[in-house]
Amino acid sequence: MPVDVGPRAGPHPVPVTLTINGMRHDLTIEPRVTLLDALREYANLPGTKKGCDQGTCGACTVLVNGRRIDSCLTLAIMHTGARITTIEGLADGDRLHPMQAAFLEHDGFQCGYCTPGQILSAVALLAEKRPLDDASIREFMSGNICRCGAYKNIVDAVAAAGKQNV
Amino acid sequence: MIPTKFEYAKPSSLDEAFALLAEHGPDAKLLAGGHSLIPMMKLRLAEPEMLIDLAGIPGLTGITVRDGRVSIGAMTKHATLAASEELRQHAPVLFEAANALGDPQVRNRGTIGGALANGDPGCDYAAVMLALDATFTVAGKGGTREEAASSFMVGMFETTLSPEEVLVGVSFAAAPASAYVKYAHPASGYPLVGAAVVLSMNGDAISEARVGVTGVGDHAFRAGSVEKALAGVRPSDRTALEGACAGSAAGVDVRSEPAAGAGYRSAMCDVYVSRAVLAATRG
Ligand SMILES: Cc1cc2nc3c(=O)[nH]c(=O)nc-3n(C[C@H](O)[C@H](O)[C@H](O)COP(=O)(O)OP(=O)(O)OC[C@H]3O[C@@H](n4cnc5c(N)ncnc54)[C@H](O)[C@@H]3O)c2cc1C
Ligand code: FES
Ligand code: FES
Repeated sequence: MPVDVGPRAGPHPVPVTLTINGMRHDLTIEPRVTLLDALREYANLPGTKKGCDQGTCGACTVLVNGRRIDSCLTLAIMHTGARITTIEGLADGDRLHPMQAAFLEHDGFQCGYCTPGQILSAVALLAEKRPLDDASIREFMSGNICRCGAYKNIVDAVAAAGKQNV
Repeated sequence: MIPTKFEYAKPSSLDEAFALLAEHGPDAKLLAGGHSLIPMMKLRLAEPEMLIDLAGIPGLTGITVRDGRVSIGAMTKHATLAASEELRQHAPVLFEAANALGDPQVRNRGTIGGALANGDPGCDYAAVMLALDATFTVAGKGGTREEAASSFMVGMFETTLSPEEVLVGVSFAAAPASAYVKYAHPASGYPLVGAAVVLSMNGDAISEARVGVTGVGDHAFRAGSVEKALAGVRPSDRTALEGACAGSAAGVDVRSEPAAGAGYRSAMCDVYVSRAVLAATRG
């Protein structure tokens, strides 16, 4: 008796349902599509950025069930049923998320390319209840590289948003 | 973007996974956190036709401490280890390695089993498993076998795992007097030198030491001569400690790269081993 090997999918495009920023997205994609490419190329949510595509820069950071991950190093098909949050999902209508407001207030960016990833990572840092001294913020933001070198102001923004939180 | 197409399966038991592995042979690959495998697939260094996601198989995650032994499921994430109060108490060496590995995003996806099965010469846990004298539990179609960490790692990206086997977990005796100290590459974060030390103390002198080193050679190794020399040493005696840790990479084919040539790396190996010994004595 052959063992039933359970559901399998692909290599051709298959239906993949993702819940992004509280909305259901029914996509038809190949299993090889990363979560990052699914967001940008298929779900019409280009706010999440692609820097290295190798897990080193953090530009592609999103929250999955509240935890920050690099969306370039995971397949979309692995996250059906999960709660995915991108930069497009942070603001409440015209009201910015406090972390977005803090980045504006403290000039936490120059070109802005790394910024969506920085902000999502910073939101997770606060949720993880990390200490808010500069050294700890730098350590726990170390997965996000800023090619413009706006680090000083990023640290200030995270600290300010954190203090406001408590 | 991954250049090669593949089929994806998410079995809900080990038996289903073994059936898929048998069906596809060398064209199948197991997928854990994907944080080594997916980058390799993007670079065409791995081109599986069938990707078998282990995330749907119950029983492969978690940390258990029972009768002085710690057991960890292969699919346990780095972040879980890095946040475990139990590990901090019973195996600070592993707790510290998990906290020093990669960055927060990487720790939220990568797994201990994936890291060890991958056999990367810069795997932080490899040194830790050697110092803990850990046992690996490996399951295959024919049953389960146990293997010592010391024989599991055989070369660069090479372990004794066969393509049809699954690493299900690791276990080791609790080691409260232990530490991991890492000299990280400033850009990649991987260890140029990673030193893991487990001590047994007799008063303020070392009665027994186990020392694992990663990042330095083709694969992690035990620094046997240092272990012998450390017996009887009082770590508070700096001269004796540094003398015992000298030549920690002797006999190893030390890796050389722009960030750290072989001579520098060997010297740093001695320094980081002695720092790890000192750190382990506070336990
Ligand atoms: C930016 C970045 C920085 C990193 N920094 C570090 C670092 O500083 N130190 C460090 O040690 N590592 C580092 N890593 C590697 C990280 O630890 C990976 O998570 C780990 O090496 C692979 O684990 P995984 O769960 O992601 O495995 P995967 O990538 O899914 O799998 C890796 C390999 O192991 C096989 N495999 C996986 N699980 C099993 C199993 N249970 N049984 C049998 N085979 C299995 C797979 O088939 C594959 O060949 C880094 C990775 C990234 C992307
Ligand atoms: S694009 Fe994902 S980490 Fe750089
Ligand atoms: S603002 Fe330009 S990369 Fe960070």
